[in-house]
Amino acid sequence: MNGQPVNLDGFAFENPELGLVSLASPGDPEPSLLVRDGRVAELDSRPADEFDVIDEFIARHGLDLGAAEKAMALDDVEIARLMVDPSVPRGSLVELTGGLTPAKLARVVAMLQPHELMMAAAKLRARRTPANQAHVTNRLDDPMLLAADAATAAAFGFRELETTVPVLADAPSNAVAVTIGAAVTSGGVLVQCSVEEALELQLGMRGLASYAETVSLYGTEAVFVDGDDTPWSKALLASAYASRGMKMRVSSGAGAEVLMGDAEGRAMLYLESRCVSLARALGSQGVQNGGIDGASIVSSVPRGVRELMCENVMVMARGMESCSGNDSLMSESDLRRVSRTLPILLAGSDFICSGFGSIQRYDNMFGPSQWNAEDIDDFLVIQRDWGVDGGLNGVGEDVLAALRRRAAEAVRAVYGYLGLADFGAGQVDLVVDAAGSKDLGPGDPLAVLGAAQVIQSAGITAIDVVNALYETGFDVEAQRLLDMLLARVSGDYLQTAAIFDRDMRVLSAVTDPNDYAGPGTGYRPTAQRQAQIDGVRQQRDLSQLRAEQQRWAGQWLVPRGPATPGTDPRDVVIGVSPAVGREIWRTLSGIPVADVLGELLAGLEEEGCRGRVVRVNSSIDLGQIGLTAARLAGSGIGIGLQGKGTALIHRRDLSPLANLELYSIAPVITADLYRMMGINAGRHAKGATPVPVRNPYTDEAVEARYHTAVVGLVAIERGCQRPSAGPEEVEVRR
Amino acid sequence: MKAYSGKPAEELTLDAVRRGEVGLDDIRIAPATLEHQARVAAEHGNPQLAENFLRAAELATLPDSEVLSIYEALRPHRSTAAELAARADSLAARGLTRCAALVAEAAEVYQRRGLTR
Repeated sequence: MNGQPVNLDGFAFENPELGLVSLASPGDPEPSLLVRDGRVAELDSRPADEFDVIDEFIARHGLDLGAAEKAMALDDVEIARLMVDPSVPRGSLVELTGGLTPAKLARVVAMLQPHELMMAAAKLRARRTPANQAHVTNRLDDPMLLAADAATAAAFGFRELETTVPVLADAPSNAVAVTIGAAVTSGGVLVQCSVEEALELQLGMRGLASYAETVSLYGTEAVFVDGDDTPWSKALLASAYASRGMKMRVSSGAGAEVLMGDAEGRAMLYLESRCVSLARALGSQGVQNGGIDGASIVSSVPRGVRELMCENVMVMARGMESCSGNDSLMSESDLRRVSRTLPILLAGSDFICSGFGSIQRYDNMFGPSQWNAEDIDDFLVIQRDWGVDGGLNGVGEDVLAALRRRAAEAVRAVYGYLGLADFGAGQVDLVVDAAGSKDLGPGDPLAVLGAAQVIQSAGITAIDVVNALYETGFDVEAQRLLDMLLARVSGDYLQTAAIFDRDMRVLSAVTDPNDYAGPGTGYRPTAQRQAQIDGVRQQRDLSQLRAEQQRWAGQWLVPRGPATPGTDPRDVVIGVSPAVGREIWRTLSGIPVADVLGELLAGLEEEGCRGRVVRVNSSIDLGQIGLTAARLAGSGIGIGLQGKGTALIHRRDLSPLANLELYSIAPVITADLYRMMGINAGRHAKGATPVPVRNPYTDEAVEARYHTAVVGLVAIERGCQRPSAGPEEVEVRR
Repeated sequence: MKAYSGKPAEELTLDAVRRGEVGLDDIRIAPATLEHQARVAAEHGNPQLAENFLRAAELATLPDSEVLSIYEALRPHRSTAAELAARADSLAARGLTRCAALVAEAAEVYQRRGLTR
């Protein structure tokens, strides 16, 4: 047990002094709100003259004093019930929450049990249609790989792409490359380049990014100031993005204050409640939280994972867009990371992940994510299992390869046209096939840096990129990028929880408000989207199974007329199922049925017996097949074999469901084992004592792997069954 | 819908880009549009978001460099209270009353919390 991955995770004793406590700490203040002359005189037990910058900003801008008197007078449990109750509309709950202080909101949300958090999230999230965000980065900042991976991420359905840099000066190049790649796949994909605040704003002003997210808030004054900002500078930053028509959200998430050693003895949830209240106060349309960089600290304490979801629900309750964490990898255990994400995926969120690493773990310059490229199939299957929309869809390999090639070529063309860099055509081929930057070779780090420097020094803007795309023949991409720039002019995507669909329609709390009000209401995938969710690439139907079997077809089983009873005491009959040699040619373990028969016959021969093969046409039941064979055999011993490979030894005087030996787990039976069954059948025929053969050990999920194929093979057997037809002698030609 | 430059959106085509007729001001949001978005936000129950858009409507009239410099001035320990007050006055004099109020408020709070230069 010690070797299980979960034991690599760190787990901490609760320690309120260090802030290592999730939902409530003895150090949390008693909720209170005192209003004098229209101004907040006391907030959560702190008088106005002792307000730190966070209290001060919330007190001045964040509370709806009109709603406060009623809201603060309600019992915590009463408000908690209103949050969960689907018949209480989202709007009225958000209005009520406007009157709650940070300490009060934290206490209310801490009351919600996991399933109640899910109920609250389903009702309270802002946008009706869920979405997802990807991280697109690589260790080399290779622009062609970034573009190809951005095209890939957009193809899988991500509507926001977040890039960043290991080398800060590369940032402008990364922003351009990801923007181009996204436009190759789809219109309306939002792109951000997460770097230092001022540089990020500059890139946005030049059109090289279309939203911002890394506007960080912290729950204590000291940590906030260590982050080189104040609530006022962040408020100005929020307005600065809006002033250029760019969507933005802030980032917070518990654990940061603990890591910085300054949690003031407060619980994580209370500190995060301060961040969420502040986010609303400064006019952010949304919040990325749910731990983020501190997620593993939060999950190291009791109820920490639950606290992460509480953070998202607080954002929703305050009427903002929730970009719901599931970002930094919080565990080495696959089970634990699924457990952390599942409630949010099932309840739905504006963005399920605030950074699904759509690239290889090693290429994620934010650090490995909770979900990564290798997990996309798992994510898609989980969507399908529950019939929920996590924002992603499958993509065919050919489609992906074409998109990746076009993205790499577009970057090559634009970088060439703008004089940023000259990339060889051979590099395009490498990028198309690359899983990650390890497949590219060392590259030329100076080429990227050079390109980024030219973008900065020449003041290249997104308009130049549009022109370069157009001039080099990438008309569709040029138009998509221009459309994104023009979307700034209308500003509709500044509203809460806005994304674009593939046709550039804005989906937001204004145009697509969440209207969940209990069963039968709220978001339901369209029939087309449901088909996409259901249609994972791994599904098979009967015709595919038939075609796979047909590839192994041959003329090795030749009918020789009706089977007759034998008289030779060494005569052992092998009965095969109706479809063998007609439509089934290979067992589940991958051995051709002809070879299985060869092994059985050889085993009988070793014991000096004479084997013959009959096809039982009237039944597909293995016991019946074996018994029919045994009754035809001179020795009274028969072997039954289904086309899928399940086999048994039978004796003429036994009841149909009994047997002498059974190989039940067909997928793991080897040729040697079939040989042993032949030998043992021979020994039974001679009256000797065989050494029973056991089914081999296996820890595979045998049923998960093979049961769909079994259903198909049984259906094929059923199709070949002729109830009134007798068994026929067949000759095995090998 | 008109851009900051006053050019209508339908004139902003790929061919106009090729002819060099599209500049950053053509993809910049106009103050009046932000005021409209502020009304939408308020109607949808978010007065703080509306206030943010109204501040943005004021900042929309400023060049990038000044927006960046106001941000820089508001970061901790960058400005004296007097410098912040002067900046607030300068903004107010140009009619950017909401941004001026934000900066003036910062001056007051920074002084009390020791965040001035």
